[in-house]
Amino acid sequence: MHLFARFVVACTVVLVLAGSLVTSTGSGLAVPDWPTSYGWSMFTFPPAMWVGGIFYEHGHRLIASTVGFLTIVLAVWLWLADPRRWMKRLGAIALGVVILQGVLGGLTVLFFLPTSISTAHAGLAELFFCITVAIAVFSSPGWLRGVARVDDAALRRAALATTILIFGQILVGATMRHSDAGLAIPDFPLMFGGIIPDHWDSKIAVHFAHRVGALVVTLAILGSAARVWSRHRRQRELTGPATLLATLVAVQIVLGAFTVWSRCAVWINSAHVVCGALVLATSLVLTLRSWRVRFADGTVRLEPDTTPDVRTVRLRPDTTSDVRSVRLPPSREASADQRAGA
Amino acid sequence: MRLRHVWQYTLGLVAAASVVACGGGGQSTSEKPSSPSAAPAGQKVDTATAGSVTGMAMIEGMAPANEAIKMNADPVCIKENKGPQLQETYVVGSGGELGNVFVYVKDGLGNYVFDTPTEPLTLDQKGCRYHPHVFGVRVNQPIQIVNSDPTLHNIHALPKANQEFNNGQPIQGMKMTHTFTAKEVMLPFKCDVHGWMNAYVGVLDHPYFAVTGTDGKFELKSLPPGTYTIEAWHEKLGAATEKVTLAEKETKDVMFHFKAPGTATD
Repeated sequence: MHLFARFVVACTVVLVLAGSLVTSTGSGLAVPDWPTSYGWSMFTFPPAMWVGGIFYEHGHRLIASTVGFLTIVLAVWLWLADPRRWMKRLGAIALGVVILQGVLGGLTVLFFLPTSISTAHAGLAELFFCITVAIAVFSSPGWLRGVARVDDAALRRAALATTILIFGQILVGATMRHSDAGLAIPDFPLMFGGIIPDHWDSKIAVHFAHRVGALVVTLAILGSAARVWSRHRRQRELTGPATLLATLVAVQIVLGAFTVWSRCAVWINSAHVVCGALVLATSLVLTLRSWRVRFADGTVRLEPDTTPDVRTVRLRPDTTSDVRSVRLPPSREASADQRAGA
Repeated sequence: MRLRHVWQYTLGLVAAASVVACGGGGQSTSEKPSSPSAAPAGQKVDTATAGSVTGMAMIEGMAPANEAIKMNADPVCIKENKGPQLQETYVVGSGGELGNVFVYVKDGLGNYVFDTPTEPLTLDQKGCRYHPHVFGVRVNQPIQIVNSDPTLHNIHALPKANQEFNNGQPIQGMKMTHTFTAKEVMLPFKCDVHGWMNAYVGVLDHPYFAVTGTDGKFELKSLPPGTYTIEAWHEKLGAATEKVTLAEKETKDVMFHFKAPGTATD
């Protein structure tokens, strides 16, 4: 199931890319009707007619339908096979969200892409992506074994705050994108030649907020990552996403700069959207793993743990003892695991 | 808890959108005319005393080159158009005469009333372009929109004062008729399938409008005596206005000068 959940996550990334291409190419209304396509059923619309903007919009609809179908399979699978009640519910929520997302996509077409609905469509896409990522994390062998049970309240707070900030930043970005404010401030890194804009309107304000948000999010990510690197250097389950997160945010800033410099070139702009989703997903993984210690396992049968409960330390031969190894008491983290498990 | 708030936000947006759009989301092809039979009380133009305004639109400085169109997104469009294709933004004569300028009486007609034509104007989608590119129509006068291309188009109007619509015409020869019910200068059309396709219509409640040709010339005929504000509009160069006072049977000449982008201003 974990592999299938990862497959759904991968398909959702493709879906986010397809959606961003629709906006970047201005093809959102290339198919004016919904749920039909020029009067045809979505699935029988002749490929010969997928020309111009239709290719992007209709392609987005077909990929979305595929992800919707995969989500049905995932939800049913979770319902039947996962013993955790909250996981069953999470699968049902994923299904509900993807259905709502489809309806929002249809509404935004029928009402000519109003900023509110289009932004909600973009925001809900990120939420759905987060749910699929969470399902993949919760069904992973590492999660079930309970690795990375780090009891660090500061990290939990920092990681959670970072994820929320990233989501907020994505919402601001989506608002900017769907209100045609992507080039409201036409230069970078300066703004109209200065450190802050010398004149304002609503579009400039949204664009400015997105740039300030980028700064805040970057600092938050670096803070979370620094906490992981300084306190939990040996926890690869944490250092992995922390390092990836810092790398992705650097890439994201560069993509943001090139989006402005290239005057919103289609592929750069779309890559910026996809990279933003990946930053959010990576931060979510770090957050969930930092909160692993707080998840009770009462309803799930864990797989046999391959990690020994005791640590073995080889002593130097010149010790006075004949014993070559010493059984150490369970660590503080392991004790916390036991408490959480109880 | 936070997830619930997001849900509430999303559902709220959906509900709000549904309320706002109640009854307006269909693919109707025309707005209902606003009681064309109930003509307001007013004076009809006496053609015996009417004059006219003639003139020319010019561009000062070098007009920018028209943007090249890449039609490779649709093989049919490539087939229909041989050789390099350019936008129709700047239609300029050898002496700086500027075409595709919409010239109309913006103000000064007072209480004159005019019959609304019933014959439709035609906006044709042919060769993956709109024909005409710039035109005028009367309030409540039907526009027949035709797809003459063997490919699909969507006709998407983006008005501010009228109702937006976006209809698909997937089959060659398809027609639809639409009527705008409010004055609006200018109202853009676009095709979202072929991003380069655009057209502009001026919707007016009187017949005094014209579009300059490649010679830059225009003529507003049968204007009653009076003082008028004449406006000339260009899709990139903006609008310019001139005041004109006409006596009975008088013809006045008006020149509109647009500065090319990048030209130094006084």
